[in-house]
Order: sequence, then structure tokens, then C-alpha cells
Amino acid sequence: MIRIETIKKQFDDQVVLKGISTVFEEGKTNLIIGKSGAGKTVMLKILVGLLQPTSGTVWYGDTDFTALNNKQRKAIRTDMGMLFQGSALFDSMTVEENVRFPLDMFTNLTWDEKKKKVNETLDRVELTGSNNKYPSEVSGGMQKRVGIARAIILDPKFLFCDEPNSGLDPTTSMKIDKLIRSITVENKMTTVINTHDMNSVMEIGDNINLLHLGELAWVGNCKEVMTSENQMLQDFIFASPFLQRLRDAANSKQ
Amino acid sequence: MKNMFARPEKLSMYWKETTRQMIDIGIGSLVIIGLVSVFIGAVTAVQFAYQLGSSSIPKYYIGYIVRDIMIIELAPTFTCLALAGKVGSNIAAELGGMRQKEQIDALEVMGVDTTAYLIMPKIIAAVAVIPMLVVLAAFMGMAGGYTACTMGNLVSEAEFMQGLRAFFEPYNIWIMQIKAFVFAFLLTSVSCYQGFFVTGGSIELGRASTSAVVISNILILLADYILALLLT
Repeated sequence: MIRIETIKKQFDDQVVLKGISTVFEEGKTNLIIGKSGAGKTVMLKILVGLLQPTSGTVWYGDTDFTALNNKQRKAIRTDMGMLFQGSALFDSMTVEENVRFPLDMFTNLTWDEKKKKVNETLDRVELTGSNNKYPSEVSGGMQKRVGIARAIILDPKFLFCDEPNSGLDPTTSMKIDKLIRSITVENKMTTVINTHDMNSVMEIGDNINLLHLGELAWVGNCKEVMTSENQMLQDFIFASPFLQRLRDAANSKQ
Repeated sequence: MKNMFARPEKLSMYWKETTRQMIDIGIGSLVIIGLVSVFIGAVTAVQFAYQLGSSSIPKYYIGYIVRDIMIIELAPTFTCLALAGKVGSNIAAELGGMRQKEQIDALEVMGVDTTAYLIMPKIIAAVAVIPMLVVLAAFMGMAGGYTACTMGNLVSEAEFMQGLRAFFEPYNIWIMQIKAFVFAFLLTSVSCYQGFFVTGGSIELGRASTSAVVISNILILLADYILALLLT
């Protein structure tokens, strides 16, 4: 479980996060949603320690992550995996080398053990046989799956995904969503996903946090989205005329 | 700088990265350094022969001057100026690209000490390999001078060889190596800094790459002057 308390982040005069407190639960897909500029990426970067909050605390279990120095954070970071928006794969390494990198850096496994673990993980993300391809030789969806494989190879307790569906077609997006969801449940991870993909919200949102202008505007789950009367949530979810018509049609049937 | 010397997460990975950098910097620069040095040695020999003209200074001095000027000044300085262009811009572009593609962030989230893993191997590789390249450049420069003199009938082979062996001062080798070490450190650390802290897009990356070369060159020339004052 990750708990954040009154997180505030300010860049010069611009306040991006205005004292946010929430909990990201274990074994669930926790979504951070909101319009562009709402502060989602800043919040995710604070969670993983790429940015230091102006004030407030981030708790990993009983450990105050914000109070730790870089050296002390390393212990928690080996329990973290992160999928970046652009996948952030190492261009000069093959798919296998990318996925194996955390094992090479942090474990003392033998070559055969590492090979076995990499192949198992690639099978898990449905990339069997792609070991020797370079990131530039695989599609965007496959790159995301390689990113996921690299993020979960050390069996982390915490998985962070920054816009996992960006630039992907709806079918591939759904595959990625399902993959993240199933990995989260199977491995009992605390997964935090930063998204504005409506499919993700409806399908895998166990715990949804809506950010609006740097404030936490709504907290709930995917079932509560349809029934909530929160205006900011309604404006965000049903922004498109197509979804508005769907909602109206559903309401008229009732 | 302090973070750069942090304890490695895994020594074998750092060693692997260091050897990769050594090959990139060393093997990858052999042709350019060889070419630059041969021509500099040849031009030095030809121009010194021209300046000697019909003076009473013995012709074998051409060999002596080519040797000493290559060892003390031209091999370390020209090699490192050329490497600042080739290696420096490459390092800045590589690190800047990694920063922009969030690869450095990815390493940090994994728990890798990015300054240590990405910068230290480059600096260690450079200070290990560049002094070797400088020695090679000195030999290639003398070979260039020899070829220019003998092919152009500026001085006989025997006289040139006599000059190469005359008044040899072993301390000059130390000057060459100290210069090579200092210049190597300057050009890699400046380039790493420019690349590692790049912000923005491709224009800023281009600027960082250019700045790496320009600042490295200026610092190398400044350091050359200071070392010349201190060591001679």
C-alpha cells in the first residue's frame, strides 16, 4: 500500500499539486485520471521519487519515502517497476537485454537462471520469441509490453504506469490494460496508473483518483463512475458527444 | 561529482560499461587520430624545413623538432581537440538522448545510481584510453614527418633519424601524459555534464552537443597554457 499525505508541489509561482492525500491499495489497479495539465505526471514522479514534493509525505507501508536520501531509497526502488509513456527502452539493447537488465544489475543469478526468468516474463507478456529484436524493430504495443516485462522482472511490489495506452489503437490498449490488471492481481502488487483513457477507467479502475487543477476532485471505482453526480467527473468522463449520447441512452432506458 | 564515485550496484556491470566505452573511444577514434597526426607531423616537418632554409642550423634538427613538438604539444593537444569534437559530441548526444527518452529516469526508478553508472565509466575509459591514443598520435606524427621529409627530399633519412634520437628528454613523455590525462578528464566531464542535464527537445540537444565541443576545446586550450607554465 502507498499512502500520500497533503502532497504539494510548486514550480516557481505555479502550484501544480495543492495538498493531495489519498491511498493506493495493494492488489488493485489504482488510477490517476484527469485532464492534461491536471498534475498526473507530477504526482506519479513524486510517487517514484523522480521529483521531491514541496511539502507532504509519501508512505510505502510504514516508510516515509520522502524523508529518505537517494541511498536509502534504493532498497524501496528495487521493489518498484515502472512503465514509461514512451517505454524508455534502451535502444542499443535487444528485447532480451532490456528485460534482463534489472537482473544483471541487482541479482547474482546464473546465466541460465536469468535466461529462464527472461523467457518466462516474455511469455507472460506474450512476446515469446522476440528476444533478439531491437526496440526499433517492434511495434509500439510490443514496446509497451517489453517495458512491462522489464518493470516486473524483479517481481516488484509496486508497479507504476505512465499513460500505458498513449499512441496505441483501442484493441492493443485493451490488451495492455488486461495484462496490467492480471499481473496486478496475480502478483498482489500495488499498481498506480496514470491515464486519461476512458476504456481503462471503465475496465480496470479498482480505485480511481480524479485530479482537477492540482486538487483531488473525486475518488471512487469504475462502477461508481456511471452513477456519480460529481460534476467534474461527469465533465471529464463524458466529454465526448458520443459518450454523452451513450449515457443519455442508458439513463432513458432506466 | 561526488555522486559519480558512489559504490557501484554491481561491479561487473560497471566494468562492462567501461570496456564498451574504452572500445568506443579507443578503437572508434584510431582512424581520425591517425590521419590528423600524420598530416600534422608532415606539415610541421615541411614548414620547419622551409624556415631553416639555407641557415647554418643542421638539417637533422627537423627530426628533433618534429619529435619534441609532437610529444610536448601537438599529439596531446590536437588529439584531444579532435576527440572533443568526435567523442565529446557523441557523449553529450548519447546522454541527452537518454534523458529525453526517459531512459535515465527509468534507471533511477530501478534504483541505479545514474551519475555513477552513466558518467563514471565514460571518464575512467577516457582517462585510460586517451593517453594511449596520444602516444600513438605522437608516433604517427613522427612517421608523417619522416615520410614528408624523405619523399620531398627535405632531409636525408639518416639525418631525420639522427634528429629523432638527438637531445631526447624522458621528462617530456611525462608532460605529454599529464596533458593527455587532464584533457581527457576535461573533455569527458564537460560533455557528460552537458548531455546529462539537457532539458527540452532536439534543438536543446543540438545546443548541448555543440556546447560540449566548444567548452571542452576552450578548457583544453586554457589547461594547455596552465600546464605549459607549470611543467616547463
